[in-house]
Amino acid sequence: MAEANFNVISQISPVTLPPDWPGGFWWHFLVFTIIIIAFVMSMVIGFMYFERRAMARMQARLGPNRVGPFGTLQPIADAIKVLLKEDIIPTKADKIVYWLAPVVAFAPVLMIFAVIPFQNGALLADLNIGILYVAAVASLTTVGIFMAGWSSSNKYSILGAMRDIAAVVSYEMPLVLAIAGVVLISGSLSLNQIVLTQDIPFILLQPLGFFLFFFAACAEINRSPFDLLEADSEIVAGFHTEYSGMKFAMFYLVEYAEAVAMSAIITTLFLGGWRGPWLPPWLWFIVKTGAVFFVMVWVRTTLPRARIDQLMAIAWKFFFPLAVINLVITGVEILFFPVALPWVMVLINIGIAGVLILLWSRFFQIGWGRVEV
Amino acid sequence: MALKTEPFALNIGPAHPSTHGVFRMRATLDGEVIVDLEPVFGYLHRGVEKLAEQRTYTGFIPLTDRLDYLASMSNNMAYCLAVEKLAGIKVPERAQYLRAILAELQRIASHLIAIGAFLNDCGAFMTPILYMLREREKILDLFEMASGQRLTYNFMRIGGVSQDVPEEFLPALHRFMVQMPRFIDEYEQLLKENEILIARSKGVGILPKDLAINSGASGPVLRGSGVKWDIRKADPYAIYDRFGFDIPTGIMGDSYDRYRVRVEEMRQSLRIIKQAMEQIPAGPVRAEVPHLVHPPIGEVYARIEAPKGELGFYIVSDNSIAPYRLHIRAPSLINLTALREMIIGWKIADAIIIFGSIDICMAEVDR
Amino acid sequence: MKFEKFGTGIAKGMVVTLKHLLRHPVTNQYPEQRLNPSRRIRGNELVWSQKRCTGCGTCAKTCHQGAIRIVTSPNMVSNRYEVVEYEIDTGYCIQCGLCVEACPYSALYLGRTFEKAKYRRGELVQSKEIMLERPDRPVSGYFYPQFAEKLPRQTLLVERITEKK
Repeated sequence: MAEANFNVISQISPVTLPPDWPGGFWWHFLVFTIIIIAFVMSMVIGFMYFERRAMARMQARLGPNRVGPFGTLQPIADAIKVLLKEDIIPTKADKIVYWLAPVVAFAPVLMIFAVIPFQNGALLADLNIGILYVAAVASLTTVGIFMAGWSSSNKYSILGAMRDIAAVVSYEMPLVLAIAGVVLISGSLSLNQIVLTQDIPFILLQPLGFFLFFFAACAEINRSPFDLLEADSEIVAGFHTEYSGMKFAMFYLVEYAEAVAMSAIITTLFLGGWRGPWLPPWLWFIVKTGAVFFVMVWVRTTLPRARIDQLMAIAWKFFFPLAVINLVITGVEILFFPVALPWVMVLINIGIAGVLILLWSRFFQIGWGRVEV
Repeated sequence: MALKTEPFALNIGPAHPSTHGVFRMRATLDGEVIVDLEPVFGYLHRGVEKLAEQRTYTGFIPLTDRLDYLASMSNNMAYCLAVEKLAGIKVPERAQYLRAILAELQRIASHLIAIGAFLNDCGAFMTPILYMLREREKILDLFEMASGQRLTYNFMRIGGVSQDVPEEFLPALHRFMVQMPRFIDEYEQLLKENEILIARSKGVGILPKDLAINSGASGPVLRGSGVKWDIRKADPYAIYDRFGFDIPTGIMGDSYDRYRVRVEEMRQSLRIIKQAMEQIPAGPVRAEVPHLVHPPIGEVYARIEAPKGELGFYIVSDNSIAPYRLHIRAPSLINLTALREMIIGWKIADAIIIFGSIDICMAEVDR
Repeated sequence: MKFEKFGTGIAKGMVVTLKHLLRHPVTNQYPEQRLNPSRRIRGNELVWSQKRCTGCGTCAKTCHQGAIRIVTSPNMVSNRYEVVEYEIDTGYCIQCGLCVEACPYSALYLGRTFEKAKYRRGELVQSKEIMLERPDRPVSGYFYPQFAEKLPRQTLLVERITEKK
């Protein structure tokens, strides 16, 4: 089969970690688990602070700047405050499900980080079905959210949980198809291999894929402009209305940890992961993840939110056809132009992406109007 | 085989982050579609109309501040106009011009909050409302310079204005007028063509023209439905017949039109203030009115174009120091008459947006 | 919903938000930086002059909240009609300023403070000893332009140029 003819340089980074580092399976497992948990916690705290400051500066005010130097200890102060609150459980709640929901929501997010490369070969497990594992595990959070919404025995919560299920299920399709485009070009499902084949970052080769993946990821993690799940102004806090104390903190953590996870995946798939000239690779990884997160914050600050039926219509009528067309075009290019210079493909792809978005936005109409009662 | 669904009742309750005040809507939902709506209010009733019978005419002015607390100057002005009409008191020229300038500034401030709160309900997470609050701060600084307070001014008296404005008021006002049109353009750039906003609000919550007139709506709600009715032109009070301005109207009567009408009204208010600033004379600012006013026996109804609609005061007097009966025609309450027809058939998310675009203030609805 | 403008509306909005990143914030760090309030600020407390007050009670009659309490009596020893008690319950007071306007002898003024919160409700009632004129109880210029001239100028937001940077 015709593979993509990109030079796979495996010696770009001088340090290549063997899959068994530092010796034996269990040591490797333990060390990397600690590294992943530390990384996720510190990135979540850092991103929380970064989002509040960046959003505040875009709104002509300063962010938190009282606790610690320049307000850096603010997320820790928030965590301590939330831990000290009283844990209220509604009497009609389903106790076991209510108690389990935050755990079920948080565990899959940590599991995603097992396959993301921080350096060449520095993963917990270099699965050769890496990205498929990510797509499978990332949707398990929804089960936790539905458990939370159902067991609260509150009409607002169940409304929020239902909306979430509809949104996540709808946006799985464009997400997975955008991933499929990347996989076609790089020829492997393993995330480490995908990074290694990115001489040109795939954002240039797959602009339409990047656009689709970014917005589908925003919908999966319930961030603006698709954050109707926890829309403050409508359903008072959605599925976590009845939660307080540490359980609420877990849901809050889930939101930010998923944002970190999706930013990390976008960096790995489209921006070239840990590759870069002067800085150490893990630092490049953090910088690129931060840049993607900044774009998410920027979008959140500016845009109002979409309604649930508009959300579903965008998924099925706008993103899904574009994803399928993207996949077909990528397949055709791989099959018929295997020796083409990559830059020609870049130009063709950007042109096609622009034309498709313009055409589609001209001709499609979504959303119901008023329902006759 | 069709699915059987059952409607359930949901209380969009008094304590909700986004009903503007304590307002309860008891909605019957089928899935996400609202099939029936029952508004319940009265949670903020303070008995203002009864209190008027126990205070003097001048002593009631601070209480009118607290009716629609976002537009205090307009409330003061409506009440003072009513008492002056009843007692036949003539207001000096400089006071009339000052009243017009302050009322139009108050209209801009109230519309800024109305638009900001509407966008906050749409989901734009505080960014537009913070930008608009920044401009409102400038207006509130001017009001603080004149009257000493930022929200409840108590500035107008029967027979004029309480004191003359200090001499740095007019230069600061001129500076504000120079800066403001650019900020309104910036808001338009942020929001006017935003596709998500258009999708959320265009065609949503249509108030047809005949229903608007029949239910007594007024203000931007009525003008958004296409009726060209503004009390400043149809029934001019004070000196509004000396200024030239337009009346913006909408076409369809949906939430987007009401939002556009408010933005255009802000621009027209800037025009009026500019003309008033050029024409203002020197002179006394308060007529010689005794501290305890004794109007002759009779009744009067006076109305003005407040930012939210037609605000009217109906006073019955029996020649004593306090009114015998005072009734307030609150625009927000009458605008809510057609709420059920506007919301039925839409979803919960739209219900909040339609409610926000009518722009009510619960303190006025409940008095 | 149609993307009528092909997404340019969204793009324009995002440019505005990005431009604000480069501007000065307009907020104020409160306990360290305090702005000057207006010269006519109607503050929380009132200032009373014992020399000029005659105990006529016009202020008490004008106050529609009923917050002023005056007790007077003829003093046989010094042969004067004096004010024994003069109390204002600042918990009831809404700082409307009608009493200041009503006083025919210019004996009552509004203060300039807005930061005087108390821990107990009883401490809100201010008797005449607390309310006497003193150098540390500044008088606001409300209704008295001769006092307003001596006070510092109010800081205005229109004069802080924040959009040039």
